[in-house]
Amino acid sequence: MTNKIFLTKIETLLPQIGRSVSIGSKKLALFQLSDGRITAIEDFCPLTGGPVLEGTVSGEYLYEPLRDYKISLIDGRIQEPDEGQLQVYELLLEDGNIYLQGAAI
Amino acid sequence: MKEQLVLIGNGMAGVRLVEEILERDPERYAITIIGKECYPNYNRIMLSNVLQNKMTVDEIITNPYTWYEENNITLINEDPAVGVDAAHKIVTSEKGLKVPYDKLVFATGSHPFILPIPGSQKDGVVAFRTIDDTAEMMEAAGKHKKAVVIGGGLLGLEAAKGLQLQGMDVTVVHLAKWLMETQLDERAGKMLQSDLEAQGLKFLLEHATTEILGDERVTGLRFKDGSTIETDLVVMSIGIRPAAELAREAGLEVNRGIVVNDFMETNLPAIYAIGECVEHDGKTYGLVAPLFEQGKVLADVLTGIEAKPYQGSKTFTSLKVSGCDLYSAGNIMDTDGLQSIEAYDGVNGNYKKVFIKDNRIEGIVLYGETSDGNRYYNMMKKGQEIADLQSIAILQAAGEEAGSDDVVAWDDEETVCGCNGVTKGDIIRGIREKGLTNVAEVGKVTKAGTSCGKCKPQVQTLLEHELGEGVTASTGICSCTDLNRDQVMTQIYAKHLTTSADVFKELKFANAEGCAKCRPAVNFYLNVAFPTEHKDERQSRYVNERMHANIQKDGTFSVIPRMRGGQTNPQQLLQIAKVAEKYNVPLVKVTGSQRIGLYGVKKQDLPTIWKELDMVSAQAYAKAFRSVKTCVGKNFCRFGTQDSMGLGIKLEERFEFIDTPHKFKVGVSACPRSCVESGVKDFGIICFENGYQIYIGGNGGTEVKEAQLLTTVETEEEVIEYCGALLQYYRETGIYAERTAPWVERLGFEAVKHILSDAAKRKDLIEALDVATAVKRKDPWHEVVGDRDIQEKLYSIDRRELVTVGD
Repeated sequence: MTNKIFLTKIETLLPQIGRSVSIGSKKLALFQLSDGRITAIEDFCPLTGGPVLEGTVSGEYLYEPLRDYKISLIDGRIQEPDEGQLQVYELLLEDGNIYLQGAAI
Repeated sequence: MKEQLVLIGNGMAGVRLVEEILERDPERYAITIIGKECYPNYNRIMLSNVLQNKMTVDEIITNPYTWYEENNITLINEDPAVGVDAAHKIVTSEKGLKVPYDKLVFATGSHPFILPIPGSQKDGVVAFRTIDDTAEMMEAAGKHKKAVVIGGGLLGLEAAKGLQLQGMDVTVVHLAKWLMETQLDERAGKMLQSDLEAQGLKFLLEHATTEILGDERVTGLRFKDGSTIETDLVVMSIGIRPAAELAREAGLEVNRGIVVNDFMETNLPAIYAIGECVEHDGKTYGLVAPLFEQGKVLADVLTGIEAKPYQGSKTFTSLKVSGCDLYSAGNIMDTDGLQSIEAYDGVNGNYKKVFIKDNRIEGIVLYGETSDGNRYYNMMKKGQEIADLQSIAILQAAGEEAGSDDVVAWDDEETVCGCNGVTKGDIIRGIREKGLTNVAEVGKVTKAGTSCGKCKPQVQTLLEHELGEGVTASTGICSCTDLNRDQVMTQIYAKHLTTSADVFKELKFANAEGCAKCRPAVNFYLNVAFPTEHKDERQSRYVNERMHANIQKDGTFSVIPRMRGGQTNPQQLLQIAKVAEKYNVPLVKVTGSQRIGLYGVKKQDLPTIWKELDMVSAQAYAKAFRSVKTCVGKNFCRFGTQDSMGLGIKLEERFEFIDTPHKFKVGVSACPRSCVESGVKDFGIICFENGYQIYIGGNGGTEVKEAQLLTTVETEEEVIEYCGALLQYYRETGIYAERTAPWVERLGFEAVKHILSDAAKRKDLIEALDVATAVKRKDPWHEVVGDRDIQEKLYSIDRRELVTVGD
């Protein structure tokens, strides 16, 4: 049996605007892309040391709000010319609920 | 005394020649240019972009009047040359000017060919060659509905597309079996036709026009088969003929055009000719590349440099109509006996055909995907053997084919910009020697990419190869587009775009959903252009404007309530104190603009704090009309001359919650001591006994800039009127994130002053401002406080405990 943690309901998301979910001391940012896909990424940019939640979403990418680093919401990689990677999380969607899949936390 | 060089013709060929001469030896000649039109030199090729609303007339002017002045060139404009006395070396103009010359160049261009049929002189029958023709077509489009373009060649199709975009119902009448029959083979011609039909153009092929119908103005056409069509406008675009009448009268040898040898010399001494008016080796040309190649040869000849003989030009064609990319070069007409390689992809509408003779490329036709055009063209020009190249590769993995990247591997002599004859070497030298760092700069210096623009990706590739990280964004508003603010705005109006998604799609932004730079900018421009139709896009707002609070570096926010004019009272102070205590606000501070700020507020507390404060937002986080800083004024101060605080309050009440390109700060000082520092405000007022001085464009930030005195007025109402007019003019013309100081500098202080000094213009601006802001001028905090759904979605945080369920 795998771990499955309820995060929030899909209806609480606004398209292309981040939603904050914290699990214990860990902060996650959830995003719904314009095509409907939902992604989760750790809400901490290793380059700025600040949150990424409030960035601008374009396609599969997030422009983080302090320095405009371009971050893939799919694999968490910070795009060239910058380097780095944020943890991304696999989600499970069931009956309008969003769950964290696996024991990644 | 310098030698007198006289040019007949102020067009692209002639002026380009002058530029080439100035580059070689700027002191050599005293230069006079005689022109017919009433404009300085402009890029005629771009007229179709003007007609298609992609550019303005100003943008296609390549050499403004100042260029003539700076280079000491005498321009005799709107006064065509009418006589040449070759024996005495004198040119006579229509108005009777006598201009002596030592060297004379004919660059008279060509005339559009007008069908010699009954009715061709009627009103509403135009050619498409000049700015005036274009203006006439645009005017007709405003009044009439139906248009016919006779001629389905390059220019005819661009004219047709332009008229359609101007709102007309357009039919193209063409004599041949398929469109652009001299540049395309039948298959490509049919592909083009079906794409254009899908865009709404209509076609009558194999139709010969025999008569233009109507009394004064055209009402229709009759064809050879007896059928007719109704129309309100006829554009003739069936070809050009060299303008060689004057040359013939002057005694020059003229066949189809003025006959020149390999050094652009005519049969008479000291007289030369270049451009569309010439015939070289039996050929005349109607495209720009040959003109420029001829110009280089003649510039060498005229400056005493040993010139390489001109050996005719290989030309290529591409069409400037969105959604119809085609490329044609070399021989594609007399192809009997030639071999060919062709590939047709009916799925994606791509077609490539290359004609081969003796293992070398003779002609090229591409439709759809055309990025290989330049590469094939260079292979053709060089006569490169194709034997060891792969001929067809179907369904190979993306990225494996040789694309534009290989420009890096080209030889320096190979042409990158075919329109302007710019080689790779020219561009590399520009980058290395002149420090060019973006496509726009390369275009300015070398002219590469400034005509049809198709080579811009290759120029970019060269820049990246040479400079790596040092490449700067060109004039575009961000790296998603080459279009600058004015071009984006022109398109928004012309195409009536009302959502960001439409803008990104229609204007072909590199990122389909924009980037962090252009998203808020485009949202702002749409708000300005179509305030009632455009729905503000929250996801495009920068975080501060989306949350209505300033994000701090740790992810908390600040709350700054509005205190109009900096005035407060005990109740407000008590309320602020209560909230600050209740929510453990870490910092309470008086801000730089005389307001009280609560710092370090948690996101989820924002809506309740706003509710409990029961005050409105000062928008201290927004690109908007900000707080008005005031001094205490004449009611208390011994030096005060006016009620500065009262005026500050009135200004805030009138203009609060209005978005501007960047923050707009205001100050009102009651005397010239200017305690509120009106001299560094976007809109600063200094009061004196009899009135108010208004200063604009000041900035106390990173680049300190003193505000300039706009005017002096007598009443508060006038101050408010000027403030509203300035706000709207700034909104309508400002680049997103451009403060008023650089804005005033960019537009010119005198120009801004000229607009604002006009009472009628001020009235119009204020009306426009009120219309634009009627719906959107609201306190954003109240909206959130009254909307539980938004509170839940935007301001709440879900907290989950980590519960491990073992297996």
